[in-house]
Amino acid sequence: MSKRVAVVVFPGSNCDADTLAAARAAGSDAYYVWHRDTDLRQADVVILPGGFSYGDYLRSGAIARFSPVMRAVEAHALGGGPVLGICNGFQILCEAGLLSGGLMRNARLKFLSRPVRVRVEATDTPFTCLSTTGEELVLPIAHGDGRYVADAHTAAELEADARVVWRYVGDNPNGSTNDIAGICSVARNVVGIMPHPERRNEALLGGPDGARVFQSMEAGHATQHAGALRAVGGRHDGM
Amino acid sequence: MTGGPPPTPFPGDPPITLALVREHNLTSDEYRRIEALLGRAPTFAELGIFSALWSEHCSYKHSKSVLKTLPVTGPQVVQGPGENAGVLRLPHGWAVAFKIESHNHPSAVEPYQGAATGAGGILRDVFTMGARPVALLNSLRFGSLDDARNRYLFGGVVRGIGDYGNCVGIPTLGGEVDFGAGYAGNPLVNAMCVGLLKERDLIRARAHGVGNVLLCVGSRTGRDGIHGASFASEELTRESEQRRPQVQVGDPFTEKLLLEASLELIASGHIVAIQDMGAAGLTSSSAEMAARGGVGVEIDLALVPTREPGMTPYEILLSESQERMLVVAKPDRLAEVRAIAAKWELDATPVGRVTDDGMYRCRWKDQVVVEIPGRPLVEDSPVCHPEAREDEAIARLRSSRPTPHTPLPTPEECLLRLLDSPSIASKRWVFEQYDSTVQASTVIAPGGDAGVLRVRGEAFGVAVSTDGNARYVLLDPYEGGKAAVAEAARNVACTGARPLGITNCLNFGNPERPAVFQQFKEACRGIADACRALGTPVTGGNVSFYNESPTGAVPPTPVIGMVGLLPRVDHAVPSFARAAGDAVLVLGSTRAELGGSALWEAVLGFTGGEPPRVDLEAERRLVDLLVTAAERGLLRSAHDCSHGGLAVALAEVAMGGPYEEHPFGLDVDLTSYAARLSPYELLFSESHGRAVVTCAQDRAAVVVALAAELGVPVHRAGVVGAPNGTFRVTLRDGQIARPVAALRRVYFEAIPRRMGD
Repeated sequence: MSKRVAVVVFPGSNCDADTLAAARAAGSDAYYVWHRDTDLRQADVVILPGGFSYGDYLRSGAIARFSPVMRAVEAHALGGGPVLGICNGFQILCEAGLLSGGLMRNARLKFLSRPVRVRVEATDTPFTCLSTTGEELVLPIAHGDGRYVADAHTAAELEADARVVWRYVGDNPNGSTNDIAGICSVARNVVGIMPHPERRNEALLGGPDGARVFQSMEAGHATQHAGALRAVGGRHDGM
Repeated sequence: MTGGPPPTPFPGDPPITLALVREHNLTSDEYRRIEALLGRAPTFAELGIFSALWSEHCSYKHSKSVLKTLPVTGPQVVQGPGENAGVLRLPHGWAVAFKIESHNHPSAVEPYQGAATGAGGILRDVFTMGARPVALLNSLRFGSLDDARNRYLFGGVVRGIGDYGNCVGIPTLGGEVDFGAGYAGNPLVNAMCVGLLKERDLIRARAHGVGNVLLCVGSRTGRDGIHGASFASEELTRESEQRRPQVQVGDPFTEKLLLEASLELIASGHIVAIQDMGAAGLTSSSAEMAARGGVGVEIDLALVPTREPGMTPYEILLSESQERMLVVAKPDRLAEVRAIAAKWELDATPVGRVTDDGMYRCRWKDQVVVEIPGRPLVEDSPVCHPEAREDEAIARLRSSRPTPHTPLPTPEECLLRLLDSPSIASKRWVFEQYDSTVQASTVIAPGGDAGVLRVRGEAFGVAVSTDGNARYVLLDPYEGGKAAVAEAARNVACTGARPLGITNCLNFGNPERPAVFQQFKEACRGIADACRALGTPVTGGNVSFYNESPTGAVPPTPVIGMVGLLPRVDHAVPSFARAAGDAVLVLGSTRAELGGSALWEAVLGFTGGEPPRVDLEAERRLVDLLVTAAERGLLRSAHDCSHGGLAVALAEVAMGGPYEEHPFGLDVDLTSYAARLSPYELLFSESHGRAVVTCAQDRAAVVVALAAELGVPVHRAGVVGAPNGTFRVTLRDGQIARPVAALRRVYFEAIPRRMGD
């Protein structure tokens, strides 16, 4: 049976439709959830898409974390349910404290839209389980605040726990700590990624690489139960 | 309401004096016309309304008579000029709405906000037709990057466009940037938007239905941008800096909400018309919707939500605060309309109603402050027939040649100089700041000939391009006008798309000067002839006059926005070599045409001579060939040959896309090509009607045969070399040979280096 995938729409989300389409292309039963909704109990997976939620006028993701739907997202995440934040969604997950670290202005201080190469570093998340470690993907980025930053202690923890999920290869486009392009939570069910897998999921759009993320999501058997077990266990050996 | 007392001045209104009339950019003739129309002197608010609607920007008074000569019909035209945007028919009930518009003056004094609000305005023009915006393009012109002020303007404009379009979530798929001394005091910022809709969902900005309600939707009205339309209709002066407070401030987040709310309102069927409050704000949107629908309107200005207390009727009518819509709804649907607006966190406030007396009437509670016959207000605006006479200095320039004493460096050195010239160099520094992949439909991203996007669920795609080379127009406006259309068509056709139609943005100086009006008239004649020959009607656009600064008028710069249809989007042809060993073919004829060339300009600092002539029949045959060859899947790449000539085109084919990690070498032999030409003419002439294509070796004979069949000269010039190989062009007496990686460094770093990045 297809996964029920909730794509959250904040005012200012602009990758919601692309994300919904990419999830459906991977076979998921994807649907929109409005930022005022408070019930995500029907969802197997929750995705926070890219965009400029609430205009991002204060700080990227800083206002969205207070929207009504975020309580339900937190509950879903704490119950072990898979959550993916793409670009602005990643920023929101950091602001909400569901992922550690934060996203700052690109090192070169300019918005940057271009394809980048990333390497899959962890395959024991709901969004990379079909990948192999070391696999390289070409994905587009489009962000002004995409520089992932963590203090030395947090960065060391991320590395020790193998919670860096994707890393830029070659040119680091935004100056992120340890070339980080995406990370996961301690329980590994909450994942954030700066590049946009939904924009490059078929040959017509330059290649199929991004589809891996959504196919993994659809194929994975990360149930809320399994996630909860992992959250209790802390460390784990993959799925 | 007819026959009521005449409008009375609002408390605090200044008396109407000749000086006040002048300040409003109205001539004494125009003022007499206003008095005759009203049968009395206007109120202050009325004077402001006439000033805005009869400005060049809104009334097209100098351009109307010429614009009438452009071809506007064709089986593919759903909506021609006169609406917020033009609309062309696509397969399976789809249609494409598109328009280009200038925001030159605001950007000259406040580059970031000026450019941002330019992008915002053109988006609204497209989504008020019921179309979802799917692409932005922009054509920009600046003075030399050697000057700090020009770098500031360039950087600010690019950031302004980027921040706005990125936030709303519209990919930028193309555009062009050119640099020239003539733009130093007056940069040009033209933004084009392309939207998709189902033809049955098209909505027009026509108020109808007496008793229907007018609502303001979106942002509140503030004191920003008052008189923007009149500002756009005068020359820039040293005092223009003081106009900075008249430049509007953009809020792309509200725009995104307005976009979603507007499309939902249109789809719901609860509204009968919708229009952006753009130039001249509430005044033009309400007056134009009423005039198009042949009805009157009555607005209570006291009901318009304002940002600050104490705003007068005059200010409310003429404010150009951004992100506002005027909506006409049936009275029994108000609750539904307000609910949709509220869902998107927007206010929808009833402010007036449609009337049957044809009057444009505004009141402040019980006091009538404006009462003007609606149709004459919009349609009887003055028409000017300015004198057109070519400047003798231009005629002299056209017959001049560079001094023979300045020898040209070697062909290889010339090529490197051209690749390093910002007008030719890669614009990656620019388009990297624009999101080009949001909406996940970008098939060909910026950096090639034209952008290509898919239409979800359909096999076909759409190609888009903007083009214009002011050097040619300056030297010969008629040929330059033709060239702009021809190049746009060629760019679209290089991707394999059939050119469908155009929108144009006509940037010129002060039309009251005969030399400027001659350029305008002749350029339009060229555009018209080219559009007829290529079967691409004009669906609308924008005229921007008065692009003058204390140093003079900008070079005449008509910009053409072209839309094309690609029957199979998966057959889209990129601009760059893709496989080693492929055949390289030059299509079209190269003639001794160095007039107005980049070579003379970038290497000798000379702009003059006769620009290349456009043979429209040859152009049409080339388009046919490119489209047919792409349809049959014969081509691996196709690239238009234009600015910088064959040498630059070949180098671009080899250097590859902006993120190519392994560019190809190229080995081309021109010893037997165009034997009568000098090496410089051969390499750098900008003859039109040419393209460089590559194809698999076993397809080359088929392409050559097809070219012969369709009447296009073809020359088998060489082969694509090895990855990271050498770019080599062999001439009768010498050669160009450089590692392609070295060319890439020059070409991709020219602009970042100058911008200090």
